[in-house]
Amino acid sequence: MILMVAEHANGKLSKSVYEMTEAARTLQREGPITLLVLGKEVSKAAAEAALLADQVLVGDLPALAEYDAEVWAAAIAQIAQEGEAHTILMSATRSGRECSPRVAVKCDAALMEDAISLSVVGDALEAERYTFLTRVTERVRARGPVTVVTIKPGAFTPAKPNGSAAEQYDVELTLPERRLNVTQRMTEKSERIALAEADSVVAGGRGVGTPEAFAELVEGLADQLGAGVAATRAVVDAGWRPYAEQVGQTGKTVQPKIYWALGISGAVQHLSGMGKSKMIIAINKDAEAPIFKDTDYGIVGDLKEIVPALIRELKTTA
Amino acid sequence: MHILSVIRQVPDAEENIKLKDGKVDLSSSKLVVDTMDEYGIEQALRLRDAAPGSEVIVLAIGPDRCEQALRTALAMGADRAVLVVAEPSLDVITVSKVVAEIAKKEGADLIFCGGQQADWDSQALGAATAERLGWPQATWTNVLAAESGKLVGKHDVDTGSEEFSLALPAVVTTQQGLNEPRYPTLPNIMKAKKKELRRNALADFNVTPKLESMGEALQVRSRKRTILDGKDVNTAAAKLVDLLRNEARVI
Ligand SMILES: Cc1cc2nc3c(=O)[nH]c(=O)nc-3n(C[C@H](O)[C@H](O)[C@H](O)COP(=O)(O)OP(=O)(O)OC[C@H]3O[C@@H](n4cnc5c(N)ncnc54)[C@H](O)[C@@H]3O)c2cc1C
Ligand SMILES: Nc1ncnc2c1ncn2[C@@H]1O[C@H](COP(=O)(O)O)[C@@H](O)[C@H]1O
Repeated sequence: MILMVAEHANGKLSKSVYEMTEAARTLQREGPITLLVLGKEVSKAAAEAALLADQVLVGDLPALAEYDAEVWAAAIAQIAQEGEAHTILMSATRSGRECSPRVAVKCDAALMEDAISLSVVGDALEAERYTFLTRVTERVRARGPVTVVTIKPGAFTPAKPNGSAAEQYDVELTLPERRLNVTQRMTEKSERIALAEADSVVAGGRGVGTPEAFAELVEGLADQLGAGVAATRAVVDAGWRPYAEQVGQTGKTVQPKIYWALGISGAVQHLSGMGKSKMIIAINKDAEAPIFKDTDYGIVGDLKEIVPALIRELKTTA
Repeated sequence: MHILSVIRQVPDAEENIKLKDGKVDLSSSKLVVDTMDEYGIEQALRLRDAAPGSEVIVLAIGPDRCEQALRTALAMGADRAVLVVAEPSLDVITVSKVVAEIAKKEGADLIFCGGQQADWDSQALGAATAERLGWPQATWTNVLAAESGKLVGKHDVDTGSEEFSLALPAVVTTQQGLNEPRYPTLPNIMKAKKKELRRNALADFNVTPKLESMGEALQVRSRKRTILDGKDVNTAAAKLVDLLRNEARVI
C-alpha cells in the first residue's frame, strides 16, 4: 500500500495532505492509498481524510496529543510494516523532515526529501528535488522495496475529494516514551496573513534602513496590497523584525504569486526561500544587486522615495 | 563529554554552480565548511571547554578533498578528525550508518549535525543517526547549554519554537543563532597540521546506497527582467503600477 501521514491542526487537514494525495494517485502503485491520522480527538480530521484516501487508519490517543518525532516515527513505522507499505509519503515540513529519517531507518527504506515530482520508472520510484540551496534540480532513484518520501509543500496540485467516504479503522499502537522534554511552547502569532498562505508577500531587507522605515514602507505597502510581510536575516539579526518573518535557508520557504523585494541584495540563502515565487518585483538602488538577475519587474532607485510614490499611485488609481 | 561534530565541505555561497556531463562540477569552486556545521563545531568546542576531560572529534564523509574542511575544524580547536572517503552524493540514510558506527567506536555521547546541508539540501542526517543509535534528538537548535548532566535549549518547530531538556546521549542539529563561530587563528592553523586525522574507507562499513543520482540540472531562470530607472520617482512608480495592472495583470 501507499501510506500517507496526515498533518492536521484544529480539526483540519493541512493543504499538504491534498497535495500528497495527488502525488499518490498519479503514481498508480499497487495497493490502497491509505491515510494515517495520528493525534488526540482527531475525528474531524479523520472524516475529512476519508474523502481523500481508499482507507483511513486512525490512531486517536491521549499520548499523541503533542507531536514528538520519536513517538510519531514509531507509530508510522509500525503501521507501514504491518500494512507492508512500499511507499510512505509525509509532508516536507520541519516535523515531517525530522521524523521521516527515523521512519526510513526503522523500515530499512530509502529516503527522498522534499520531492517536487514523483514518478515510477520501470518499477523504481524516482523523484526530483532541489539541491545546492535551490539552485540545482536533482533526479534521484530509490533502491530497494520501500521508500519514504517527503513532499515539498506547494509543489503538487491539491487533489479533489472523492464523492464518497472511505472506511475508517482504529489502529493499536505500541509507543515509546518521549525523551525530548518540552518545557515551554512559544507559538508564533501574527496579526497578518500567514506567510505560507499569502498570495503576495512584501519583504524588506537591510536597505530599508530602520525599523521605523520598515513599519512605514514595507508594512505600508503590504497593507495596501493585502500582502504578508517578510524580512531577510540581516533585518532579523538587527532586531528590527521577529524571526517568524524571516524567509530563506534558515527561515521560511514561500512561493507566493508576487514577491516584493525591497532593499534586498538577493543572497543565495535568501533566494533559496523565495526564488520559486511566480513573480518577483525588486526595488534596489544598486543596479548591480544580484536580486535583479531574478526579477520580473524592478526599479533601480531609492526605495525611501519610490515606495511612498507606489503607495500613492496604488491608492489614487485603485 | 565525547562530542562528534559531523561536517560537510560545500561550495562557498558566493560561487556559481557549474555542471559537467549532467553533474554538478565543483572542481574549480571555492569550497568551505558548511556554515550550518560551523555552528556545530563551535558549540562542541564551547561544551568541551566547560567540561574538563571532554573531547571533540570532527567527522567528514566525502571525497578526499574534505581533509581541508577537517583541518579548518581542527584549526578552530577540535581535537582530532576522521575522514571516511566516499562519493559526495552518497545518500544520507546510508551515511547515517557510518556516523552511528563511528559514534559507537569513539564512545561519543553527543553528536552535532548541520540543520540543513548547503549542497544536498538534506535535513535528515541528525534524525537518521539518532534512530540508528536509539538516541533522542533536537533539531533546528538555536540555544544550547549543558546543565547537571543534561542539555537544555531552545529549537524551532513548525508552529514557533520550544524550550527543551534532553538527557545524553543525544543528537543535536543546528540552526542560525546558536553561536558565532570563531575564526581559526594563524598559530592554530599551524597546530592543526599536526593533529591526528584518521582516514577510513567506506568499504570498512559494509553499506549499500539507498539512492542513485540520475542527473542534475541547473535551475533555468526565465524571469522577465523589465527593470525601470527610478530617477524620476513618480514616473517609475506609475509605470510599474501600469505594467502590473495591464501587462502582468496581477493587481
Ligand atoms: C547559514 C546561513 C544561513 C542564512 N540564512 C538566511 C535566510 O534564511 N534568509 C536570509 O535572508 N538570509 C540568510 N542568510 C544571510 C544572507 O547571506 C545575506 O546576508 C542576507 O540575506 C542579506 O540581507 P539583505 O539583502 O537584507 O542585506 P544586504 O545584503 O546588506 O542588502 C541590502 C540591499 O539594499 C540595497 N539598498 C540599500 N539602501 C537602499 C535604498 N535606500 N533604496 C533601495 N535599495 C537600497 C542595497 O543596494 C543592497 O542590495 C544566511 C547566511 C548563512 C551563512
Ligand atoms: N573561515 C571561517 N572560520 C570560522 N568561522 C567563520 C569563517 N568565515 C566566516 N565565519 C563565521 O561565519 C559568520 C559569517 O561571517 P561573515 O560572512 O564574515 O559575516 C560569522 O559568524 C563568522 O564568525
